[in-house]
Order: sequence, then C-alpha cells, then structure tokens
Amino acid sequence: MELIYRLMDAVLPFEFLRYSFMKNALIAMLLLTPLLSLLGTMAVNQRMAFFSDALGHSALAGVGIGMLLGVENITLSLVVFGVLFALLVSTVNRSGAATKDTTISVFSSMGIALGLLLLSRGGKFSSYSSLLTGDILSIGQSDLLWLLVGLIAGVAIWVVLYNLLLVSAVSPELAESRGIRTRWLEYAFAVVVAVAVMLSIRWVGVLLINALLILPAAAARNISRSAAQHALWSVLFGLVSGIAGLVISYAMNTGVGAAVVLCAGLIYFITLLIRRFTAN
Amino acid sequence: MNVSEILHRNQLSQCRLCRISLDDLSVSKEGDTLLSHVSLHVHCGRLTALVGPNGAGKTTLIRALLGQLGYSGRVEHQDAQGHRIGTIRTGYVPQHFPFDRQMPVTVEDLMASLVSRRPVWLGVSEKTRKHIREQLTLAHGEGLLKRRLGALSGGEMQRVLLALALDPLPDLLILDEPVSGVDQNGQGMFLELVEELVHHYHLAVLLVTHDWALVRKYADDVILLDKTVRMEGTPEEVFESAAFAELFPAANAGVA
Repeated sequence: MELIYRLMDAVLPFEFLRYSFMKNALIAMLLLTPLLSLLGTMAVNQRMAFFSDALGHSALAGVGIGMLLGVENITLSLVVFGVLFALLVSTVNRSGAATKDTTISVFSSMGIALGLLLLSRGGKFSSYSSLLTGDILSIGQSDLLWLLVGLIAGVAIWVVLYNLLLVSAVSPELAESRGIRTRWLEYAFAVVVAVAVMLSIRWVGVLLINALLILPAAAARNISRSAAQHALWSVLFGLVSGIAGLVISYAMNTGVGAAVVLCAGLIYFITLLIRRFTAN
Repeated sequence: MNVSEILHRNQLSQCRLCRISLDDLSVSKEGDTLLSHVSLHVHCGRLTALVGPNGAGKTTLIRALLGQLGYSGRVEHQDAQGHRIGTIRTGYVPQHFPFDRQMPVTVEDLMASLVSRRPVWLGVSEKTRKHIREQLTLAHGEGLLKRRLGALSGGEMQRVLLALALDPLPDLLILDEPVSGVDQNGQGMFLELVEELVHHYHLAVLLVTHDWALVRKYADDVILLDKTVRMEGTPEEVFESAAFAELFPAANAGVA
C-alpha cells in the first residue's frame, strides 16, 4: 500500500492527493466505477434500472437486519442481504403476479421502510445517515481490498456470462431456442449486480448508487453502435465522472457522491445532444 | 469468398432422401383441440408450403416441431425406407423478432455471442469473424456484419435471421412469413435464396405463408392445414381442391 501511495505521489503530484484519505478515495473510484459501469451496460439493455434502484434502497434494511442479528461486518450483511433481496425480487417477478414495475416498487419501499424502522430505533438514525449519501473519504485499506476482490470477481463472471446475457437481452426467445437457460441467467445477473452494488453502496450512498450504475451506461448507449463501444464508453464515462466528481468535491468542499453523479448526468446530456445531431 | 464456394466446400455428399415425418400428431390445450391426428412428410431438398386459415394450427404445429410445446404422436427424422435417423435439428426464422431497436448491438455482436465464448465487448476473434461472414454470405447478407441490429430493414433482418437459422446447419428449416417490413418482391428474392440453399444442402424447408403467388412459384409441395391435414400435393392440386375452395372461398389462387 505504501508503495502505491508513493507511486501516486510521483505520478500524480496534485495538491488534493496530498492526503491519504484522498488517495484512498481515488483508488476506490478507480475500482468501483469500472465495475458498476460495465455491469450497467447490461442493466440498461435488460431494462433493469428500476430493479437496481430498489436494490440500492434495500441496503438500509440489509444494515438494519445485520445489526439485529449482531453481525459486526457491515459489508458482509449488505452483500448477503443484497443477494437474497435480488433473488426474491427476481422470483416474484418470474411468477408474474403483478407487472414488474409494481413488484419492484413494493420491494423498494418495503426495503426502505424496514431499514428506517430498524435503524431509527432509539432515535439513532443520524449515525447511519452517511449510508444515504455515502462517505468515500472514510474508506479504509481493508475496504479497498474488498473492492478489488469484487472488481476481479465481477469482471471474471462478466466475461463468462456476457455473451449469453447479450443474446437474451436481444431476444429471450432466440436465447431459449439455443438452449440458454434465461431464467438462471437472470438470477445470476441479479446476484452479480447485487454484490457490486452492495460493495459500493457505503461509499457512494443509497440515494446515488443507482445513478453510478445506470448513467454511464445510458450515456454510452447514446453514442455507441456496438457492444464493444458500449462497454468502452461506459467504463470511460464512469471513470471520468468518478475522478472529476472527486476533484470538484474537494475544490468546492461538497459531498463526493453528489458531485460524481452530477458529472455523470452532465455527460449523459452531452451524449444526448451528440445523438440528436448525428444520424445514428 | 462467395456463396457457391462456401456451398461447394460444405456440400453434403448426397441427398440422403430423408424426410421429417409427423405421425398422428395431436395437440390440445385446456380441452381445446389445436391439432388433431396430423400425419405428413416434409421431404429434404424440397420446399413445402404450409397454408391454412387463421386458427388452423399452423403456429401450434411449428411450436410442436420446435419442441416448445408438448404433443402426442411421433415426429421423426427418417431415411427413404422410413427408418429413424437421429434427432431433428431445426432452424427457425420467426415471423416477429421483437427487440429493443436502440440497443447498441451489431449483427456481428449477436452472431458472435451465439457461437463464441469470448465476450464480444472484448472484440471478436478473426476465426469467429470469418465464420460469421460465411454464414451471412450464405444468406446474402455480406454487408450487414457491422450494421447495428436496430438499423436493419425488415428484409435485412430476415437475412440475418436466416443466417442464424442456418448455423448450425439444420435438418428442418422453418420459415414463418414475416408480417411486416418485407414486400412481396423482397420475399420473392428471399425465397430464391432459400431455394438455392435447399438444393445445395438438401434441407427440408417448411414455409408458412398466405401468399399464393409465392407458393405457386417456389413451393414443391403444399400442405393445407385446418386442425388436421385437409389436402396435400403440388400447388396446383391443392389450389384446385374442394378443401381449399371451402377454406378460402374468396381466394382465386387458381387464376393467379
């Protein structure tokens, strides 16, 4: 770690990187934005933006239940709860009991309500309010390691599943006819997204996590013709928003997550304009 | 590489005089009989048209052949003597192919996703690209490789779907008439292409259509379906039959 810090000092001699918490935050950005942006391309293609939003909201409940069960490691409770939540929502969606948006709304609000209920016991919610907006400046070295493992695992699974997901995003019927088990694929993807979101949520925040997953991919979609371009632009937009947001928040002394998401939003509107003025 | 070179290289040794044989196939759902005791042959190397009024069970028959629904009776791949020769590999060009037209996915992306394990966002290998190019060439879609899926016309999409249906090479190719986006002229060109493939590969082709002129021009055999097989034979025989006149009183296919 010392080596990385010294390397950063040498390569990036910027004023804002003098502090080690800023170094950590930058490393965290470099780890979590590519993963989220990459997964985001498929979340957008599969029209899962609403699903991942609900997933983010449910993180509150994850922390609450973890507390109740006496789990010390917040990351662990978040990941376990996130996976269970993703599987539950996918299963209920599969059953076709109601339209997808209705089901997801129900789960989303239940997640928030349960989280608020558990975390506000004894009027102590304020100590958890950082969950809402995220606190990337407080990220520690062991958390960075978690993110690194998450990134590697996420990309590895992504490599294995991507082609199957792409076919089923274009046409589930075609996928089924080629022996792709779309149902299991849907579950697998939901779980991967859940893990990525839950690993990032403490740093980005419940309110903003979905933007980081969806916005770069949605912006990239505006100017991409192929799957490779989509992935490339999305990761690039994610990285640029993450780094720019960090710098801006430092310069203006504001919250990091908000600045990052505004940058991503700005990029989105720029790509929208580009698409307007170019025949695609 | 052009079509004939690819065809030549891939050519099967000879026509095995095989056929897809349906024997006493019935399908019912919730007490309704959708198909009743259908027995027919779709011969390899021939284009068989499946015609019938709406609700005749054409779609049900296709879905049964594709293994998408349960049925009673037998569907077999048989040689000339009626001996069973292995399972039937089907290729299907659907009537509708609904998808999100804004999706940034090229023809190459989709086709490579189906044949290659390498994730297409990391690029397509030369070997895979060569294979895809050949498949597209077979379907006369050479120029479509780098096109975005959502930017294709109806006729172009049909060619891509044909290229997909031909990989791996099927025993039975099922073509469902496109509802929109392809005019009769385009459909004629498409069937000429199919005819070429039928003769080279000795595929058995089942074509679902309402276009009598196309049936007359391209079909070798016609099956008239209305829950069960009402008539089968050459286009002339079927169009001049009493059963056809009964099911399509307004049609004047015989005059066309």
